[in-house]
Amino acid sequence: MKYEAVIGLEIHSQLLTNTKIFCGCSTRFGAAPNSQVCPVCLGLPGALPVLNGKAVEFAVEMGLAVECTINRESVFARKNYFYPDLPKGYQISQYDKPLAEHGTLQIETDDGRRNIGVTRIHMEEDAGKLIHGEGAEDGGHSFVDLNRACTPLIEIVSEPDMRTPEEAVAYLKGMRDIILYLGISDGNMEEGSFRCDANISIRPVGQTTLGTKAELKNMNSFKFIKDGLAYEIERQIDLIEGGGHVVQETRLFDSARGITLAMRGKEEAHDYRYFPEPDLKPLVITEELIERARKSLPELPVAKKERFIKEYEIPTYDAGVLISSRVLAEYYEAVVKATAEAKLSSNWVMGEVLRALKEDNREIGECPVSAHNLAELILMVKKGIISNTIAKEVFAEMYKTGGKAHEIVSKKGLSQISDESALVAVIDEVLSKNADSVERYKAGEQKLLGFFVGQVMKGTKGQANPGLVNKLLKERLKG
Amino acid sequence: MKIDTKDVLHIADLARLALTEEETALYTEQMCNILSYVDKLSALDTKDITASHQEASEGAALREDVVAPSLEGEKVLQNAPEKANKCFRVPRIIE
Repeated sequence: MKYEAVIGLEIHSQLLTNTKIFCGCSTRFGAAPNSQVCPVCLGLPGALPVLNGKAVEFAVEMGLAVECTINRESVFARKNYFYPDLPKGYQISQYDKPLAEHGTLQIETDDGRRNIGVTRIHMEEDAGKLIHGEGAEDGGHSFVDLNRACTPLIEIVSEPDMRTPEEAVAYLKGMRDIILYLGISDGNMEEGSFRCDANISIRPVGQTTLGTKAELKNMNSFKFIKDGLAYEIERQIDLIEGGGHVVQETRLFDSARGITLAMRGKEEAHDYRYFPEPDLKPLVITEELIERARKSLPELPVAKKERFIKEYEIPTYDAGVLISSRVLAEYYEAVVKATAEAKLSSNWVMGEVLRALKEDNREIGECPVSAHNLAELILMVKKGIISNTIAKEVFAEMYKTGGKAHEIVSKKGLSQISDESALVAVIDEVLSKNADSVERYKAGEQKLLGFFVGQVMKGTKGQANPGLVNKLLKERLKG
Repeated sequence: MKIDTKDVLHIADLARLALTEEETALYTEQMCNILSYVDKLSALDTKDITASHQEASEGAALREDVVAPSLEGEKVLQNAPEKANKCFRVPRIIE
């Protein structure tokens, strides 16, 4: 029997506000344990939450970016459970009236484009952090740091619309790209500011009802998500083919072994006893706020990619790479603007620039070669002042020193030799040294021309204008 | 709405409360009484009234995203039964 997977994803993304969602404590990462806490985020009796307006704006922007309906009134609710990282004994979240609903995200995989439904986006607070003790003294304990408690989060819940691990990854990348474009979160998966849980089930192809799902957690990279889902699909199919059935449970991905494991301990049926948060009035979103958020939306990744393909006539692949970050896209556009060479510029940005940055472990924002300076270099190639090979050398120097292309070219004497008399001397020398090859060429071995060109380039340390060398060589060899 | 012993034990379990048989019986009766008292409200005709759990009027007040001082170090852990390494210390939580 053939099976298909049904995958739905929940994303938690920390918002880049200065302060927590319900109090004025700083959200700065890396502070000493419990140094950024107050009666509100400690859950002390009598403390009252006050909602952070910036967090609301960010959440509304996200909702608009994925075409959600923004609910004019949404309600905070208490989700009750016990865990040491949750000081109040409940998390303030949103339940039956979330901030945003009914959105969609377009994804693209090798199988083409598809729209994935976004069920809802709601606001909530993060929990604290648990550090598990080690050694004789601390081994029996865990330590609670509440700096992260009450950090604003948005939770983005998808429809169960994805069918393959590839689609799930495309969706997550798409969401993360949007979040980064909006600048509302740093999207760091390793540090946990962008987290993903997956609900996954399988069913025979053609069946419309859903199978029993497992919830998959602990996947903090795109690769782990892909591997975890792929493993889980296999596991569920094997289970059913072997006459068993899938148990509804939470499973953790073990990246070291590449498998998923049922969470230990009794998985008590969740009973969160949600009820409206009595300490917060409903969140009312004004038309004005929505309009302001709409106006502040930048051009989003999918639209930008389309435009790059159309406007610059570059391949889809190039466009995909260039829009992967807003800063990279801006860098590329600045280069094109100055060079009027879309494909050549794309080759340079995707080639030399991204390679150098990757080797250096730097972001495009930290690139020592400015868009302006790269454009100058590309123009020197275009005008024939330097060859492409020399240009790569010049680029390496620019990257190292932050210098300008024309300065490096003149300082190092790298300009192409376009002076015929200078080239003729080198050519004559090459021809006289290789008299036998000249004879063979004249006898019909035309392909030897490439050999002569190579020798001349070598004799000029690559600085000869190749077009001119070709022309002059042909002339000399005719005579 | 009727509350039975099973409901009370379930709620007690969620709240991490260990109840004796006498307590279970007592709370079952008390909770039944409370709920039937609250149930009197359903006698009211609320057909034309929008459901709300809050005083109507404008929504939640919003705060500027400006950092305010946090609690001083000592005070944070002042009431903690166990503390170490600037943290609240709890029995080991196995993931």
